[in-house]
Amino acid sequence: MIANAPTDIWVYLAQTPLLWLTVTLIAYGAGYIAFTRSGSNPIVNPVAIASALLIALLLITDTPYQTYFEGAQFVHFLLGPATVALAVPLYNNLPRVRRAALPMAAALAAGVITAVTVALVVAAALGAETQSLLSLAPKSVTTPIAMGISERIGGLPSLSAGLVVATGITGAIVVTPLLNLLRIHDWRARGFAVGIAAHGIGTARAFQVNQIAGVFAAVAMGLNGLTTAILVPVLASLFF
Amino acid sequence: MLRAFTLLLICQLAGEVTAVLTGLPIPGPVVGLFYLLIGLMMYRTPTPWLETTSSGLLKHLSLLFVPASVGLIQHADRLQVEWLPLMAAVIISTVAAIAVGALTFAAVARLTGHPAQGEDHKP
Repeated sequence: MIANAPTDIWVYLAQTPLLWLTVTLIAYGAGYIAFTRSGSNPIVNPVAIASALLIALLLITDTPYQTYFEGAQFVHFLLGPATVALAVPLYNNLPRVRRAALPMAAALAAGVITAVTVALVVAAALGAETQSLLSLAPKSVTTPIAMGISERIGGLPSLSAGLVVATGITGAIVVTPLLNLLRIHDWRARGFAVGIAAHGIGTARAFQVNQIAGVFAAVAMGLNGLTTAILVPVLASLFF
Repeated sequence: MLRAFTLLLICQLAGEVTAVLTGLPIPGPVVGLFYLLIGLMMYRTPTPWLETTSSGLLKHLSLLFVPASVGLIQHADRLQVEWLPLMAAVIISTVAAIAVGALTFAAVARLTGHPAQGEDHKP
């Protein structure tokens, strides 16, 4: 195809996965540069910056999300293999993880129940609709798991995905000041807590701060994926 | 890299198949994670080729959340009405879950005699 005018080129490119895949990587790159320039300040979150830039671009160009996702799905797809890859840091720290089995089990139960019930109680008290509540329930687990749970219990998977990211960014921002305030100096506890509450984005933050915290965050994220996948459908059938 | 990526996908595929066949409410990639872990525990040899690829994937884990997050654009109407309850729920529950999780971990570690040792401790 030979394009005659800039609009023709746009019409052609806007239909191919190449454009939106490339733009996604550029937007994340911009967010990441802003993050490192800020001295790795967690408030300058690369995911938040990239998402805001992309949403603005889709609105300006009047591009439907489905068209965007045809390109971006290649990035989205990697969440699966990345979840499997968490087995590697977990294996490398297995003796340390095994020693902490009891504290992990207790923290997992307490953290998961807190994350789900506090979210539902606060949202319901402030007047959120049932479908929003169902979409909110799985927001502390990683995107593909949360979307699967949301679909099963009658929520909106894409709304859940957005809430998952909002949760991850919140966790990445608050974890360091919050746990300094609470005087928790155990890297295992710090990492594990952010992995339960804020899944992959919290885990990415934990790996930036300390390797042991990162490993425990990754373990927590995997265990929470399991726990929430079992617990939330049961809770949902009881309350809704 | 090719070898490692193939292995990751095989584990994920096996995980997905297991999840569908057994009807377990556990997502396929999480089952895949356990398969790879069991494989590594049986193999017991260092696997630098797998280390390189998996740490590369995990280094920019947060990039992988971007496409789903842009999906919020589809819910602009709902968010205009319900942004306050949803935002409050996300922020309050995340702060609460981190605090409860970390305090519980630290308390049980002390009680069961597994306190932070050496490198576990933040200076």
